[in-house]
Amino acid sequence: MGIAERPFTGRRLLVLGAGTAGTMVVNKLRPRLSRDEWEITIVDQSEEHHYQPGYLFVPFGAYRPDEIVKPRRRLIDRGVRQVTGTIDRVDTDARVAHLEDGTALPYDQLVVATGTHPNPDETPGLGEPDAKERGVHSFYTLADATALRDALERFDGGRLVVNLIDLPIKCPVAPLEFAFLAEAWLRERGLREQTELTYVTPLDGAFTKPLAARELGGMFDERGIGLEADFMLERIDLDEKMLVSYDEREVPFDLLVTVPLNMGAPYVGRSGLGDDLDHVKVDKHTFLADGHDDVFALGDAANLPTSKAGSVAHFAVDVFVDNFLRHIEGLPMQESFDGHANCFIESGDGKAMLLDFNYDTEPLLGSFPLPEIGPLKLLGESEFNHWGKLAFRWIYWHVLLPGRPLPLSTSMSMLGKQRPGEPAPATDRDPQEVVL
Amino acid sequence: MPVATMLGREIHVDEEGFLTDPSEWDEELAKQLATNIGLELTDRHFEAIRFAREDQAAQGETPTLRRMQTVGGFPTKELFGLFPKKPAKKLSYVAGLQKPVGCV
Repeated sequence: MGIAERPFTGRRLLVLGAGTAGTMVVNKLRPRLSRDEWEITIVDQSEEHHYQPGYLFVPFGAYRPDEIVKPRRRLIDRGVRQVTGTIDRVDTDARVAHLEDGTALPYDQLVVATGTHPNPDETPGLGEPDAKERGVHSFYTLADATALRDALERFDGGRLVVNLIDLPIKCPVAPLEFAFLAEAWLRERGLREQTELTYVTPLDGAFTKPLAARELGGMFDERGIGLEADFMLERIDLDEKMLVSYDEREVPFDLLVTVPLNMGAPYVGRSGLGDDLDHVKVDKHTFLADGHDDVFALGDAANLPTSKAGSVAHFAVDVFVDNFLRHIEGLPMQESFDGHANCFIESGDGKAMLLDFNYDTEPLLGSFPLPEIGPLKLLGESEFNHWGKLAFRWIYWHVLLPGRPLPLSTSMSMLGKQRPGEPAPATDRDPQEVVL
Repeated sequence: MPVATMLGREIHVDEEGFLTDPSEWDEELAKQLATNIGLELTDRHFEAIRFAREDQAAQGETPTLRRMQTVGGFPTKELFGLFPKKPAKKLSYVAGLQKPVGCV
């Protein structure tokens, strides 16, 4: 009540969601906007901030749950007003966000940063209350990752199936990493020989992009991980314990680790801002929501055709901040986001590989130059990459969220990348021919 | 960009054979494209194709299977029957559209 009525004569920036993107954006903007002219408010339904990349390691006991959770309040600049509540809808005509508890938050500029979330209820079988007891698990929430840790503790061999139901998902490499880490973990436990490990995906290979799919496919072969591609899941049969596809293929499991359909926050759809999956439709270079000049979406909440990942949110926020400062002065936005993504892939046995790509350039082999630290190997495994990934948790809390600069270019660079030489030039193939 | 010749016309396609210009498409060409991938088109195929093209023209991108079901009213199961194995790719190929965005 009182919040909305507090007298304030300046302009209001309202940020919905205090995850990676929302936290970074308020922490970067607060020092650059005068407190007399701009009030900044951030809303989140949770008092906690989770380091989501850590979920992947919880099932293997590598992180305890308390190592990846911090109170939200301390992570946000003290000059930013924090509101706890669930968003009901945004009235973009009246420029007001309504919370479920009745609070109304007016704004002059709105940033939607409420992410994307697993929706098990969208898949028959997955949303059943006893799914976990029947061996159906996931690791996309802390509660799920912790339950999976307990299930792995009890696992004594059989059919372990790793699956993603549909794209887009946040951290699209996470299910691959899970498969690699599980394979190494099974070997350590002496369970590898009595376990059949299968990766089931709706994609036509291990990954979307050709070169990465080829490299990753090779890593599956080396590790004896089966690949079941083009698998469009229709339902999970909990009685027979198997995945059933629309074209009636069946994959039985003893333990299933799946990634539920990811969707944006429900209020996005109710507010007329969303696509079919409640991700905000935005300009992919400026993040301005379609049909609005006072609504932006950042991070996983936006329907950008690139990875939904913290690295993308980080690069996107850098572009956004400079653009936003111009936009509120009535000037054209000059910076253009290129879709830059940068992802470590844990490959097991203390090694990791690194992907670096954007809207136009697929992940390539080579090395990734990192000032003062040295080059990281791209699309190949190394122990150094693994340590890079682990060090990232510290960087996340202490550099990224506070909005301090990282020595990484916002736009993707071709420095160190090898252009693919091996695939046959496209012009060699007969244009009449189609491979489907 | 490669150029294919079908029905005596020059058709611009990408590396995988998908049309790059939806305006070079007509229903006669759809039948030829279907033949290329071993399909014979029924009225129901054409209903799905027409919806996909109208939706692409309005939205600027090829509808996903999810959208075909929720907005177009074509159950995914039925699309698997009409366009076996790879309905999203086969439907967009025959409809003269780019395949739906493979998200990364």
